Amino acid sequence: MTHWEHYPHDADMGVRGYGETKAQAFEQALLALSAIIINPDKLHAEKKISIHCSAEDDELLFADWLNSIIYHMATDDLFFCRAKVNIDNGQLNAELWGEPIDVKRHQPTVEVKGATYTTLKVVEYKPGEWLAQTVVDV
Amino acid sequence: MDINLLTQDSETSWRIKATGKMRVPAIIYADRGLIEEMDDKVREQITNVATLPGIVKAAYAMPDAHWGYGFPIGGVAAFDAEEGGVVSAGGVGFDISCGVRALKTGLKKSDVEAVKKQLADILFLEIPAGVGSTGTINLTTQQMDRMLLGGAQWAVKQGFGETQDLQRIEEQGCMSGAAPSEVSERAKKRQKREMGTLGSGNHYLEVQYVAEVYNEKIASAYGLREGDVIVSIHCGSRGLGHQIGTEFLKSMVMAAAQYDIQLPDRELACAPIKSSLGQSYLGAMRAAINCALANRQILTHLTRKSFSRVLPEAYLSLLYDVSHNTCKVEEHIVDGEKRHLYVHRKGATRAFSSGNTAIPEDLRAYGQPVLIGGSMGTCSYVLAGANENETRAYSSACHGAGRAMSRHQAKRQWRGKNLIEELAGRGIEIRSPSLRGVAEEAPGAYKNVSAVVNAGEVAGLANKVAKLVPMICVKG
Repeated sequence: MTHWEHYPHDADMGVRGYGETKAQAFEQALLALSAIIINPDKLHAEKKISIHCSAEDDELLFADWLNSIIYHMATDDLFFCRAKVNIDNGQLNAELWGEPIDVKRHQPTVEVKGATYTTLKVVEYKPGEWLAQTVVDV
Repeated sequence: MDINLLTQDSETSWRIKATGKMRVPAIIYADRGLIEEMDDKVREQITNVATLPGIVKAAYAMPDAHWGYGFPIGGVAAFDAEEGGVVSAGGVGFDISCGVRALKTGLKKSDVEAVKKQLADILFLEIPAGVGSTGTINLTTQQMDRMLLGGAQWAVKQGFGETQDLQRIEEQGCMSGAAPSEVSERAKKRQKREMGTLGSGNHYLEVQYVAEVYNEKIASAYGLREGDVIVSIHCGSRGLGHQIGTEFLKSMVMAAAQYDIQLPDRELACAPIKSSLGQSYLGAMRAAINCALANRQILTHLTRKSFSRVLPEAYLSLLYDVSHNTCKVEEHIVDGEKRHLYVHRKGATRAFSSGNTAIPEDLRAYGQPVLIGGSMGTCSYVLAGANENETRAYSSACHGAGRAMSRHQAKRQWRGKNLIEELAGRGIEIRSPSLRGVAEEAPGAYKNVSAVVNAGEVAGLANKVAKLVPMICVKG
């Protein structure tokens, strides 16, 4: 049941991840975010980076997670295709794998500016079924 | 939008009465057709803006308003610091000082037609556009701080452009009150290789021609005649602005309770103007405005360089440079009283009426030029701030067509390659690093910009001066 999807917003784009745990939903949301820009299935897990973020609640943590990915894409010149997320008491530690940006080969579509709090939601909507979503500004 | 929930004040002015927690009414400027097409979220969001502390007179939405985050895109609101007024990161947006600059070229359409493909290729080569593109300017820490303080004035001193360019930029190219020390290291790092880049999404550089003149007198004062070639550059403060927006949005959400602010929506995150967080944001936001002004100045330099290679007879001079996503301190008369207000414009353009001393002296008698962006295949407009528009949304106007369709839908409906061929058939050369990006930005995904501009004119916000039609579009 782990998967991701996009959902529409007038000017921007919604990203949504599903998983059996909160961490899995966050991992799937990374793929949704990457898929706005490139096809993550075509990326190779060549490089690994680590991310840490913390926040007062799950929703702010999710926005922080996406914003950290956006920041590292821009400053490390990487597109990401996989993540292993661990969340413990408002602390998120993750390992991300991806590939150095090659504009000609990847033909990236659009830059993501930041994660907004519009429609921001992190919820266990059924036992063992988590959803994490928000709109990102493109 | 459900029109029955609004009270019609005139053909293009619709009121949401102040009820519940609203401190002031909300006013939407649009004709019936645009209102009916508008998302209900615009009503919800502009109603929420009207609840914020210290808001003065009303919360306003422009004819191109659409669902944003916190504020609608096309939202305008002014706050009084002396009455507990706030500054809102969500009320400015992530792309701080995103805006449009128009350059006159001294060329006629026929001059460019002969070398259009070559010019398009060279512009695409010279202007870094799209995701992952980097500029050739790599600033040291000290240079970055000087850029954040000096804006386009800094850029001109570095050799990017000419001193006379500055007269045609809001704030003469340098926003005062910028505080580089309030800009995080992360934001500066994100900007390090992005100076002089266009960005992606709806950002573009277009070569256009004046297809129609609506007001000969003002067009002549602006230096516009039918058939003239214009270059328009649409972009903003790049990664630095995005990072500042991101960081302060969170800080303001976290601090709301401390300031006893009840947020109807987290995205309306704000802080009192007179608080340390409010002042910190204002310093960082003004630095981002300078970053955007410097960025458009560098892109102007690259554009001139490109033109000189193909059309050496061209002389590119600024018509004007406007910013869309800002909070600026302005003096406005409210109910007969002069007040200093913090005017937020998110996806809205400042549109001062004639006589305002912020307008360059040679244009002052005609109203501020307002540059309305297009969507690759349609058209753009040059407007002039309408007389007596101060009483309507603090002298503000729309900023573009606004999306009518999500990227998601657009991607399914169009293919980039077909679209580029179709537009080439209509005489518009598109250059872009991404075919999917072109599809998502299809002209058909946008509202009818002419309807938006006409509604703004009837509403008395800004008057039409000239229509610009694209010949070349470099899309990020």
